[in-house]
Amino acid sequence: MIEIENVRKSFGSLEVLKGINLTVAKGEVVTIIGGSGSGKSTLLTCINGLEPIDSGRIKIDGTEVHARSTDLNKLRQKVGIVFQQWNAFPHLTVLENVMLAPRKVLGLSQEKAEEIAVKQLTHVGLAEKLAVYPNRMSGGQQQRMAIARALAMSPTYMLFDEVTSALDPMLVGEVLDTLRMLASEGMTMICVTHEMKFAREVSDRVAFFHQGVMAEIAPPEQLFDAPQNAETKKFLAATH
Amino acid sequence: MFNYTFHWNQALKALPQMLDGALVTLQIALLSMIIGMAIAIALTLFRLSGNRLLGGFATAWVEVARNTPALFQIYMAHFGLGNFGIHLSPFVALLVGIAFNNAGYLAENFRGALKAIPETQTRAGRSLGMTSLQAFRLIVMPQMLRVAFLPATNQMVWAILMTSLGVTVGMNTDLAGVTQELNARSFRTFEFFAIAAVIYYVIAKAVTLAARVFAARMFRY
Repeated sequence: MIEIENVRKSFGSLEVLKGINLTVAKGEVVTIIGGSGSGKSTLLTCINGLEPIDSGRIKIDGTEVHARSTDLNKLRQKVGIVFQQWNAFPHLTVLENVMLAPRKVLGLSQEKAEEIAVKQLTHVGLAEKLAVYPNRMSGGQQQRMAIARALAMSPTYMLFDEVTSALDPMLVGEVLDTLRMLASEGMTMICVTHEMKFAREVSDRVAFFHQGVMAEIAPPEQLFDAPQNAETKKFLAATH
Repeated sequence: MFNYTFHWNQALKALPQMLDGALVTLQIALLSMIIGMAIAIALTLFRLSGNRLLGGFATAWVEVARNTPALFQIYMAHFGLGNFGIHLSPFVALLVGIAFNNAGYLAENFRGALKAIPETQTRAGRSLGMTSLQAFRLIVMPQMLRVAFLPATNQMVWAILMTSLGVTVGMNTDLAGVTQELNARSFRTFEFFAIAAVIYYVIAKAVTLAARVFAARMFRY
């Protein structure tokens, strides 16, 4: 379970998170929508401790992320994150990209790490690309590789930060299909996205962020068809 | 007005001696690169450390090495230090001077290479549970090496050519030194230096080609 309690975060004088409360249960898929600068992406990087927070608390299975005593490297093995920019490691082949962390962080043997990597890459449809270097692939393929790379650590939770935003429109579908597949397999996910149709389909709940505040959270049918908050209504009207 | 008779035979007879000199040249260049690289890594770390004293020291080194004549750097190592009672042999002075120069250029090269690797690469590594050291060693450094490799090769070529400045501090066993002594005895300046130039050219080209082949095998992406 991911518990976010009254989290505040500023960059200089700009407060980007103004007291966020959100609890995500195991197996749940929560998507976060909202305009740019609403704090959605910042929240994700706070959840796995890549960004410090100013006040409040984030707990993952009871472990407080920003406590001094927390071993973040250990915690991050549990929480995978995929970014808008996929950040493929260009000097490694696709297979090596996915094997690296299981080998070096989990300390698995070469054979075991390779077995896991092949399995995950097959899962995201890249079984044919094992020996290829990332720069020989499309953005969509590289992004799917990044997803496989995160999954190879067998995380309990997955965070997706606008993973289709930097993609050619033609390639968005293949990445969303991968996310749909994960959701249907019961992965606990928080997805920040601009893909409304996708959010409606896969989410258990959809949260709408506006200027650092979670203005509304509800099951997709309710949030999209009968939004309560005035800002949600404005945002949905503008994006439809 | 042009009645010079070439005496190539005399010069060619000295070829084995010159090739021995070329070995010394290579030896100095190689040593100066190894020492220079070790110092450059230290200077780069100093500049990253955030410590003002260490950072200032490293910046001063880079500035002086890159903006003063290499000849002066070698002179200083031999005659300059000599004024303070530190007497380095021509071989050591030449080595010190070139290593000083190499360190300055290589440190700047390393800094550029480090800047060329986006911060997001480290972030991606950290997000997979790597420590910052692991992220540096496994992700940043291999990419840095690629960026820094060819400029470092240029520095190696430059180091080989710089060794010829050793004649000014009395170096007489390297290619330039041997050539200069042969010249002083025979006055066949053109022939001897033309042959020496060809040897320098061949060595420099060989180094560049070897580096290309190596890079093509090492950096496949």
